[in-house]
Amino acid sequence: MSAVTPEIQRISGMRRFKDKGVQALVYLAFAIAVVPLISVLWMVISNGMARFDMEFLTHSMRNIGARDAGGGAYHAIIGTLEQVALASLISVPIGLLTAVYLVEYGTNGRLKRAISFFVDIMTGVPSVVAGLFVLAFWILILGMPFSGWAGAMALSILMLPTVVRAAEEMLMLVPNDLREASYALGVSKWRTIVKVVLPTAFTGIVTGIMLAVARVAGETAPLLLTVFFTDSINNDPFNGAQMGLPLYVFDQAARPNDTAIDRAWAAALTLIIIIMLLNLAARLITYWRSPARKR
Amino acid sequence: MAKQIEVTDVDAYYSGHKAIEGISMTIDARAVTAFIGPSGCGKSTFLRTLNRMHEVIPGATVTGKIRMEEQDLYGADVDPVSVRRTIGMVFQRPNPFPTMSIYDNVAAGLRLNHRYSKSELDGIVEESLKGANLWNEVKDRLPKPGSGLSGGQQQRLCIARAIAVRPQVLLMDEPCSALDPISTLAIEDLIAKLKQEFTIVIVTHNMQQAARVSDKTAFFNLAAQGQPGKLIEMDDTTKIFTSPSQKATEDYITGRFG
Ligand SMILES: Nc1ncnc2c1ncn2[C@@H]1O[C@H](COP(=O)(O)OP(=O)(O)OP(=O)(O)O)[C@@H](O)[C@H]1O
Ligand SMILES: [Mg+2]
Repeated sequence: MSAVTPEIQRISGMRRFKDKGVQALVYLAFAIAVVPLISVLWMVISNGMARFDMEFLTHSMRNIGARDAGGGAYHAIIGTLEQVALASLISVPIGLLTAVYLVEYGTNGRLKRAISFFVDIMTGVPSVVAGLFVLAFWILILGMPFSGWAGAMALSILMLPTVVRAAEEMLMLVPNDLREASYALGVSKWRTIVKVVLPTAFTGIVTGIMLAVARVAGETAPLLLTVFFTDSINNDPFNGAQMGLPLYVFDQAARPNDTAIDRAWAAALTLIIIIMLLNLAARLITYWRSPARKR
Repeated sequence: MAKQIEVTDVDAYYSGHKAIEGISMTIDARAVTAFIGPSGCGKSTFLRTLNRMHEVIPGATVTGKIRMEEQDLYGADVDPVSVRRTIGMVFQRPNPFPTMSIYDNVAAGLRLNHRYSKSELDGIVEESLKGANLWNEVKDRLPKPGSGLSGGQQQRLCIARAIAVRPQVLLMDEPCSALDPISTLAIEDLIAKLKQEFTIVIVTHNMQQAARVSDKTAFFNLAAQGQPGKLIEMDDTTKIFTSPSQKATEDYITGRFG
């Protein structure tokens, strides 16, 4: 027999060198990716701190003259929270049910392919177009007023495909074994989905929804066309113009005075903090719901 | 309340491809029936036709007749969900629900179907876990996740979950294939005990196991790869293992193929 007997060898110097080289490249790539993130955060925090105070968080811009200091973004914070909440209220149930249909029911149908196709198209809709659609349909054709609700509708158009895709991915990750285990216990399909499949995918779905929320919370263009502007507090999202934090930033940053520029930075900081808090809340919910914690 | 199952001329398909053909047999009540045969001959497929789990797979269909006592399981007005409630199943790989505690896993089949009071549930959970020989190992950690158990414990948890809904028939697809000898013995003891109450069907690749636990043995085989699997013979286990009437059965049992 002339078989080559494999020997146990030392790691060659060349392999060690390549290993270190690639490792260094990976670290470098990571650093490059993190630089913009850190610098944006740093800019927003350092510039935003100047006006990030109680007055800013509790006052609107009503009766604040063009060059005055003071004023705040309370009206914009209220607007953003309401608009995003309403948008989630529209798109989360629809998106979740769509994903359930796609994964659990639409096994061999044309409908499934059609829905998938349209979800893909919706993913590519530029945010201005979503705003224009609501402007044209809701405000110009149906003659409804500018309102937070109109803005929420535009945002929900942007949120919907993200929610569908995220939930779909997570539902597909649920092992088929679990569905079969549930069927074999004599549990109907719908109850299996509600009691076994969705809870198993829960953490991932919440994360997906949070990403969708974070994405639309910073949208300016669709709000510009649907909620319009206001300097006053409007708590009613169904009636009259509202404000939103992105709009506020857009508005203040376009003004020539330093007082306004400071307010824009502070509003950007507020937006980031709101999204961070929402993420934290979602984390807490998923942690609190996780099986490892129940004991 | 164990019940006898009568199978007449059953074929099963996977999107047009015929996996098993012309299977007829009688599965006795309060007895253990073992299915043996080479890999791919359709044992699992046939097992799953018995509780209408086969049709859960997209494109899978069944023809023929399966009756449990006087009921046609494939009758037009029969709800497959209720068939599965009456005929429970344990899978080859343990599959406890990962989001549920040990307690909730056992209670799952009951809770997902009806409302039970806490004390009723406690009773059934304890009884089922004792029935599955698992109670002593888990009684102090019922609220812990079921996925934290060892493989053998998980499999017994799945058995407890299946018997908690009080089925009349229990189907087991290679329940010991992932287990060590001690857990295997525990499950074999369990099968001997369960047979007082349930009709049991077990698929196994382990000849000794089939010989040890079963009263009747059915041998399946396929003529060639790609051909549908067929029932070659079915008889008392002692007969199959000592003097089978078919040459193929003897060859398989003595390890000449498969
Ligand atoms: N989900 C499926 N889709 C298509 N074909 C399948 C599916 N499951 C099984 N089959 C085919 O059906 C035939 C029988 O498979 P089955 O799983 O019943 O065999 P088995 O006897 O249980 O084998 P094993 O002992 O390896 O578990 C095989 O040819 C297999 O490829
Ligand atoms: Mg099998």
